[in-house]
Amino acid sequence: MSAIEAAAVTEHAHHQDDHVVVAMEHLEKSFGDNHVLRGIDLVLKKGENLVLLGKSGTGKSVLIKCVVGLVDCDEGNLFLFGQNVADLDEKKLMDIRKKIGFLFQSSALYDSMTVRENLEFPLNRQQQPIPKEEMESLVREALQNVGLAEAIDKTPLELSGGMRKRLGLARTLILKPEIMLYDEPTAGLDPITSKEISNLILEVQQTYGTSSIIITHDIDCARRTANRIIIMKDGVCVAEGSYADLKKSADEWIRSFFE
Amino acid sequence: MQQSQEERGPLENGSPKEKQRIIRRIVSQLTPHQSQNSHLEGDIAPKGLPEAIPVSRMGAFFLKVSSLTIFTLRFFKEVFRPPYEFHELAKQSFLIGYKSFPLVGITGFIIGLVLTIQSRPTLAKFGAEAWLPAMVAVSIIREIGPAITALIFAGKVGSGIGAELASMNVTEQIDAMQVSGTNPFKYLVVTRVLSATLMLPILVILSDAIGLFGSYVAVNLNGHVSAYLYFSQIFQSLEYKDLLPAFVKTFFFGFAVGIIGCYEGYNANKGTEGVGKAANAAVVFASLMVFIIDMIAVQITSLFQN
Ligand SMILES: Nc1ncnc2c1ncn2[C@@H]1O[C@H](COP(=O)(O)OP(=O)(O)OP(=O)(O)O)[C@@H](O)[C@H]1O
Ligand SMILES: [Mg+2]
Repeated sequence: MSAIEAAAVTEHAHHQDDHVVVAMEHLEKSFGDNHVLRGIDLVLKKGENLVLLGKSGTGKSVLIKCVVGLVDCDEGNLFLFGQNVADLDEKKLMDIRKKIGFLFQSSALYDSMTVRENLEFPLNRQQQPIPKEEMESLVREALQNVGLAEAIDKTPLELSGGMRKRLGLARTLILKPEIMLYDEPTAGLDPITSKEISNLILEVQQTYGTSSIIITHDIDCARRTANRIIIMKDGVCVAEGSYADLKKSADEWIRSFFE
Repeated sequence: MQQSQEERGPLENGSPKEKQRIIRRIVSQLTPHQSQNSHLEGDIAPKGLPEAIPVSRMGAFFLKVSSLTIFTLRFFKEVFRPPYEFHELAKQSFLIGYKSFPLVGITGFIIGLVLTIQSRPTLAKFGAEAWLPAMVAVSIIREIGPAITALIFAGKVGSGIGAELASMNVTEQIDAMQVSGTNPFKYLVVTRVLSATLMLPILVILSDAIGLFGSYVAVNLNGHVSAYLYFSQIFQSLEYKDLLPAFVKTFFFGFAVGIIGCYEGYNANKGTEGVGKAANAAVVFASLMVFIIDMIAVQITSLFQN
């Protein structure tokens, strides 16, 4: 664990670094007397897939919601693309957040819209309007990428769980975000679909150079996608390393994630 | 961020959604806490607040009213600020107005019919049957049309908005909008409140007209009266001062239904039972608000007319 502490110390110098897209300094968050995040230090480097492991309820979802501003943290600093979020005004923050994609644990599809409209929604919200033909081709391409081309006129309620996940992914990826936050992308899916999703995450990283934080309980997904793994426990990061390193960690609790 | 948050306090600094959460948390902390205390204090030492349970309910009520006020102020802040969601506004107006029309129309017709049939014997007793059209017209246009239509509107549109926004909230669709760079308050709340405010007056006018037609049908059940005679009698009896206040108050009714539906939905508890609760609370609270506004409107108009 001393290695992690050393890493935490060097992180402070790193947040201005070009290669760091997200840096957290001692983030804390409580809900009432439920102290969820108790001082998180974490950096996400450009182009890497960072997998976040941890028991249910340790605050993984809360952590990435802090990054997109769905949750305001109580203490600590958050740097996005080297800028301290606290120093930015609302408009600048909005511009930065548009570069961040978020895949919700629950997919969060717009049930009142069709699949096509779900994908058009983020496109319609851009500063400059996108011409119709371009929009159409973007939508088709996004659906093709996740293998949902024939579902374009269905509504989300007609889709299976795995299809919903993939549609959620397509909707997030359509804006080509520079940072992707995946909240349990493979939860509740069969092994084959999980593998497809993991491969998709890798593909996104390779084609767009996206930096990602991936929360997962699926150790196979972690193995396939991770460049680096961080393990959270009781609101702090307790271990960090590559898949191979952590798998043969001295700590039995950490090893137990990989069994 | 953290320092300034400390300085200004979470209520001024946090995002509006966070503010609502804080208020909700305060409510949830106040309510059970105080009632627990009241049990103890009632038995052991009845010092402090003598009626702790009613006070905590009152406290919860005032907190709700104040958070609704914050919500309303936020509406006025956002409504004038670009970008404007015209497309969504048009869509919602169509849904809210057009979809409510059949219900409002049927109710209006029946009210006109029934009111006429019910009033006839009483007027006949005083030999004042000739006043029937005028009396019915005045009561429909001044009071019954706006009030009944607003209540139906609260039942249909208020609950619809409440349930829709609550389920969007539960399934994180509102969060998803925010993440994709849309202001969900503007996109969802502002458009729906504006649509409700603009559509209800139109529905009331239609309902009044249909109600008068229903009344004409009822008059004709007891022998033929020419439509020309009937309606000219009505228009002679109606004055500008009947129409204007009745029309103006419908905007307030519509606004109340819209804002309360949105408030309940937008702040619904996570979980499926939150959806039902939001829809229910929206109807109850909006209907009550319609009556309160109506009462205030009557006071104001009578003040000016005397
Ligand atoms: N909006 C909220 N209000 C109050 N408490 C919350 C809220 N969101 C999360 N929590 C609490 O924060 C804690 C962490 O929740 P979180 O969703 O981050 O867990 P998680 O690590 O993502 O778990 P899982 O793996 O099951 O998704 C939980 O105890 C939860 O009750
Ligand atoms: Mg989670």
